Amino acid sequence: MRYAETGYNLEIDLSTGNIEKVETDPKWTELYLGGLGTNAKIMWDRVPPETEPFSPDNLLIFSSGLLGATPAVGANRTIVTAISPQTQFMAYSMMGGFFASEMKYAGYDKIIIRGKSPKLVYLWISDDKVEIRDASHLAGKGAVETQELIKQELKDMRIHVAAIGLAGENRVFFASIEQGRSSASRQGLGAVMGDKGLKAIAIRGKKDISIARPEEYIKLCDDVMQYIQFRQANPIPGVMPILSILGSPQEMLHVDEKWHTENFVWGNARVRRKGFWTEEIEKKWEETQLGARTRLISCYNCPLKCGATISIPGISRYMMKCFSKLTYTMAAFSDLDFGFRIAQRATEYGIDGFSGPQVMAFAVELKEAGILTDKDFEGCPSDNEGRFYWLLDRIVRREGIGEVLADGTYWAAKKIGQGAEEFAHNNIRKHEQAPLKLGMINPIYYLMYSTNEKSNITQIEGQFPQAPYPEREQREEFVKDWFQVPNDRIKEYFLKWEPRGEFSMPYYPGIQECCEIVDWMERMHYIDDAVGVCAGLSSFPLKPPYHIHNYPNFVTAGTGIEIDEAELVKISKRNRQLVRANNVRRGLRRADDTPPEDHWKKRLPEYEKQLLDAYFEFKGWDMDGVPTKESLQSLDLNYVVEDFEQRGIIKDGQD
Amino acid sequence: MAKTKKIIKTIKIDIEKCNGCRACEVICSAFHANPRYSSNNPERSRIRMIREPLNDIYLPVYAGEYAPAECMGRDIYVLDGREYEECAFCRAACPSRDLFHEPDSGLPLKCDMCEDDPPQEEPLCVKWCINDALIYEVREEEVEEEEDIDEVEIGLQSLVDKHGMQKLVETITRMSLKD
Ligand code: SF4
Ligand code: SF4
Ligand code: SF4
Repeated sequence: MRYAETGYNLEIDLSTGNIEKVETDPKWTELYLGGLGTNAKIMWDRVPPETEPFSPDNLLIFSSGLLGATPAVGANRTIVTAISPQTQFMAYSMMGGFFASEMKYAGYDKIIIRGKSPKLVYLWISDDKVEIRDASHLAGKGAVETQELIKQELKDMRIHVAAIGLAGENRVFFASIEQGRSSASRQGLGAVMGDKGLKAIAIRGKKDISIARPEEYIKLCDDVMQYIQFRQANPIPGVMPILSILGSPQEMLHVDEKWHTENFVWGNARVRRKGFWTEEIEKKWEETQLGARTRLISCYNCPLKCGATISIPGISRYMMKCFSKLTYTMAAFSDLDFGFRIAQRATEYGIDGFSGPQVMAFAVELKEAGILTDKDFEGCPSDNEGRFYWLLDRIVRREGIGEVLADGTYWAAKKIGQGAEEFAHNNIRKHEQAPLKLGMINPIYYLMYSTNEKSNITQIEGQFPQAPYPEREQREEFVKDWFQVPNDRIKEYFLKWEPRGEFSMPYYPGIQECCEIVDWMERMHYIDDAVGVCAGLSSFPLKPPYHIHNYPNFVTAGTGIEIDEAELVKISKRNRQLVRANNVRRGLRRADDTPPEDHWKKRLPEYEKQLLDAYFEFKGWDMDGVPTKESLQSLDLNYVVEDFEQRGIIKDGQD
Repeated sequence: MAKTKKIIKTIKIDIEKCNGCRACEVICSAFHANPRYSSNNPERSRIRMIREPLNDIYLPVYAGEYAPAECMGRDIYVLDGREYEECAFCRAACPSRDLFHEPDSGLPLKCDMCEDDPPQEEPLCVKWCINDALIYEVREEEVEEEEDIDEVEIGLQSLVDKHGMQKLVETITRMSLKD
């Protein structure tokens, strides 16, 4: 009997049409928990580093987390993994919503897709009944529309569907996978799905999820639910509204966008507009948002409401979350109404809300700089907004200039040449980043930007406040009920941290302190991604209900596998090294651990080097970013050592 | 018949406040698992969400009475121009559909207000709906006395309706001989 997990994966080969339900090794749960951890293990075992993103041998894994679909609040993440066409590394993009829970109720922890279907198909999974069905009638249909059409076709509105739009079908490098109010957007996994000829996966599950120690487990869940209520009633004082409460950034709730619009950058991630947020704009944008927002909505088994249904007269209704509300608006120097409108079309096409707008703004800049020409823009309307719609339409169809742009700014710039590379300035590992350009380097963020394997800051930042409080009393107040910290040292660092003077950025927190802080924040993300709990209730916000002290109890009571805090830390390290190892084997080295050159105006190259050296050592990596033999062995990753030695990545006898 | 005082328990549903999270389904099925909380499965829940985000429909429906036979006619609702499944909003555990039947045994499900000894503070679905889409209210009313049909009897009745009395008796006899 398996608890919390189902103990089965669904293996589907789209080349042969073979479908298999495979029992998984319970030992793997003890070693990697599940979710990202077991995804990384499967990628390591089955996807050799020569595998191209669009090879039939690339796997596309839809995974739930270990606690997914149990009563653990917010345990609803689907962790999607494949080799990314854009970064060429192992990508993992996560979506909330209702997919992972339905998959587990159908009796599977993961759906593992390999091969390629000769024609467009979709999967229909109803418990043990699994069908590969023709999807030719869905070709070119929107990602949202497809979900509805499949539910109607199968005559069951309780089905949950993950689908790609035209962008995925045409292998746009930043195509997303859309599902209900959520999406796996980053790193182009929709393109891998499209390459496999898979339009959608529809699931309906009617089986039980079992819990090893029911009374203990439900008590833990109740405590989380209560703490959520407490936290929502007691927002953290002295920080911006979106940082004061739980959840993914509450972009659908809040209308005050002074901070984002004045601190984030517009256009092709360059222009800061101080003083943008006037009373007049505030009034207009508030009207737009409240007019468009029909309802605030949640993911599976979560009381927070990070998403919203958006209804704008004349275009079909869709769902939105987080920051995509502003990315199109700001990329086009337009207003919120435009942002909501174009996001609807972009969601149907299925593209990433960070990369997509930036690619379009990049094209506009190249045109203004004369690198792209009138000929490239033939047929493009002359008005600003019209130009963005036109670009979007070309990109997802890979038509004309869209063919080049569909690969993202990095690859497009390479193809275009003539200095276009200078314009693809906001990437980490070839992947477009949040539009943010700042003054003085922040060592904590420097480490996170540099080393996070996801290349996406929101998936790695978290629980340590972004800025110090000016007054010591405020800091003392803050640490009073800060029980989420792994140890009291973290509290001390925060107490000491001042906005100015000796104990201020960039040299305080110091190097050792930064290593500890970043490592802790990253660890919590790795645990979330393995157990499938939403970062919005755990690693992302300040003072969350899930933390390093209650997670071991959740795992133990849920699965019956006894683990303590030390063991959980060890597992998270193992998973971290394994994700790194997958990428190191694909060529990732220190040189790839670099934030965008212009992310901070004032850089400190010498100090940055010291920081990175120290952090690499802290993580058990050599100075080139390769996990050391010693570290791998201590985490029971001897098979990685062997492989590294065979490939000459580490030399025998060296550690 | 004699008049007695009866506690009327009501759950008021404010659909404006529902965010479609289905926590109510999770906790109801966990609470009714045997042993309690040992498993969860919305399919066994006595509250089910009719949830169509793109039509902005969020409607929790509670399992009502067991219906031995389907209705003579069917309901079809049209809301905002969208036509809903036949009987979509009906509360009955009815043989015409899977809703409100245990997925394996097919036994009917009915909301029992989380009856418990000692009693729960409030029904579990209400407790877990912290957005207050579900509000619990208790009041007293004078009613005529009525005999309660117990759960086992309702369950058996549904099996009788499905398989016939003869088959059921035979099966129970066979099972008791095996023990
Ligand atoms: S916190 Fe927000 S994003 Fe996370 S599960 Fe809840 S509703 Fe979804
Ligand atoms: S728990 Fe409440 S908000 Fe969530 S689906 Fe049920 S009724 Fe709606
Ligand atoms: S009141 Fe209790 S039995 Fe009825 S639906 Fe709610 S949780 Fe289930």
